Amino acid sequence: MIVGRGEALLGRLVLVLLMAVTVLPFVSLLATALHPSGTYPQGLSWPADPQWQNFARAFTSADMGRLLWSSCLIVVGVVPLALVLGTLAGYAFGQLRMRGSGVVFLLFVLGLTLPFEGIVIPLYYQMRDLGLLNTRWAIVLPLIGLFMPFAVLWMRAHFVTMPKELVEAAQIDGASTWQQLWRIHVPLAAPALSSLAILLFLWTWNQFLLAIVLVDDPGKRTMAGALGAFQGQWGTDIPLLCAGSLLILTPTLLVFLVFQRQFVSALLQGSVKG
Amino acid sequence: MDGSDRTRRRAARRRRDDLVGWLLVLPAAAFYGVFVLRPLAITAQYSLYEWNGVGPSTPVGLDNYVRVVTDPTLYGSLLNAVTLILFFSGVPVLLGLVTAATIRRIATSRLATVARTVVFLPQVIPLVAAGITWSWLLSSTGAVNQLLRAVGLGSVARAWLGDFDWALPAVGVIGAWVLLGLCTLLLLSGMTKIDTSLYEAARIDGAGPVREFLAVTVPGVRQEIAVCVTVTVIAALASFDIVYISTQGGPGGQTLVPGLQIYYLAFASREIGLASALAVVLVALVLLCVLPVQYLVRKGDS
Repeated sequence: MIVGRGEALLGRLVLVLLMAVTVLPFVSLLATALHPSGTYPQGLSWPADPQWQNFARAFTSADMGRLLWSSCLIVVGVVPLALVLGTLAGYAFGQLRMRGSGVVFLLFVLGLTLPFEGIVIPLYYQMRDLGLLNTRWAIVLPLIGLFMPFAVLWMRAHFVTMPKELVEAAQIDGASTWQQLWRIHVPLAAPALSSLAILLFLWTWNQFLLAIVLVDDPGKRTMAGALGAFQGQWGTDIPLLCAGSLLILTPTLLVFLVFQRQFVSALLQGSVKG
Repeated sequence: MDGSDRTRRRAARRRRDDLVGWLLVLPAAAFYGVFVLRPLAITAQYSLYEWNGVGPSTPVGLDNYVRVVTDPTLYGSLLNAVTLILFFSGVPVLLGLVTAATIRRIATSRLATVARTVVFLPQVIPLVAAGITWSWLLSSTGAVNQLLRAVGLGSVARAWLGDFDWALPAVGVIGAWVLLGLCTLLLLSGMTKIDTSLYEAARIDGAGPVREFLAVTVPGVRQEIAVCVTVTVIAALASFDIVYISTQGGPGGQTLVPGLQIYYLAFASREIGLASALAVVLVALVLLCVLPVQYLVRKGDS
């Protein structure tokens, strides 16, 4: 395509502007976090004497080690099981295509639009009756259920593209459906599975509503839920709050930067399929 | 003889495959049923009762729904959510279209690669963190007002999130910031799939950049626009995290959204029935907004 120099320049300008708007809040957060604790900094200003120890103080006052551990436990409880269940059902919908499966699949798809607010009240009483309120199970179990529509849809979309001939040889050798799934299909699904794992990790880590409704103790919540409590406790000490916020959003940023390529393509495809 | 035998064997295989298939779906369906569909049905059931969560419940028919549509703070929260669609969907989709069309021309440059990473950052962080960050930016001494004063607009500077008229748009700006990057990249990936010969044809026909944008680019990313609209409309109607952190629904209920109202009603004032009725209305409203978009796209494709 022939692009005029003016157009190219305009494109760059728009890009830089967009990036500036995106990054400005993060810069402001960092600059504010470095001001002396308890002060009320004016606008966007770099402190004369950056107080890096604010991060250490935020780490201890928010009991960050415990929060990280809690979030990890929740992720470990949600993501692997959701992947397995999503794979099994996605395989059935995508490859076996049972009679009547269309209707059930549609029921899963409709779940994609469901706002969490629609079910959070009964979940509270359901968890109370199960004696799970204020435990991490109260977040883990519903999240697996809530992720099922997306996980099933995602894995089905992968399995649908796999040709039936793929397993013909194995079928002739007498391999069971189960063996065909684990020996042939799952290894080939590795890219789809890893993208799904990244997305589910992100959504679990950042889950807020379920965390604040179902678990009182911030130390048993997700990172996002704990940040809500942290704001309530330290909301008046702006630099400390900003330092804490930065610490809490660092893990997802790190995961994002490490898995950047998978991440962007997963999120893009994820929203298309969703 | 041989043929009918084979048919019978195939039918038997088919039956077995069906059974295996349903067994594979069962665990996912069980979690979905127990932790999503069952609570959803119970929400609908609660909505027909008056209940404080502890004592006995009284069936009240559709009274809770009548209150939802007549009580100004309740239907007001729904209207606020609809207003947020302007900011959560309108701004990211329109601005995203223009931005993506501009970027497309230099899509291969290094700058564009870096931008792909950077504009995604708001998608990755917890919405709660976005809320905290922007509360600070939009405060009376925040960077936004600092910028306004620097360009001589000091007279419009205010505590945006505490201002009766400006709090809702300010919350909307936070949502737009979060969703703009996602929409831009989504639309951009759609635009790279458009056949370049269409652009050449448009240029030969003497179309300027604006005509080209409207006649080639926008129709070419119809599918992606539908996806952006769907995702962002749900984000607007079901918004909770950002509002909870930045305004708690204030000032004077100006930024009260259904999610927050449901939370307050159910877990602070213990009006379970009323909260559930609002939740049912919210779920219906989301479907009402999202299904037509999907329908239009599917119809346009066939």
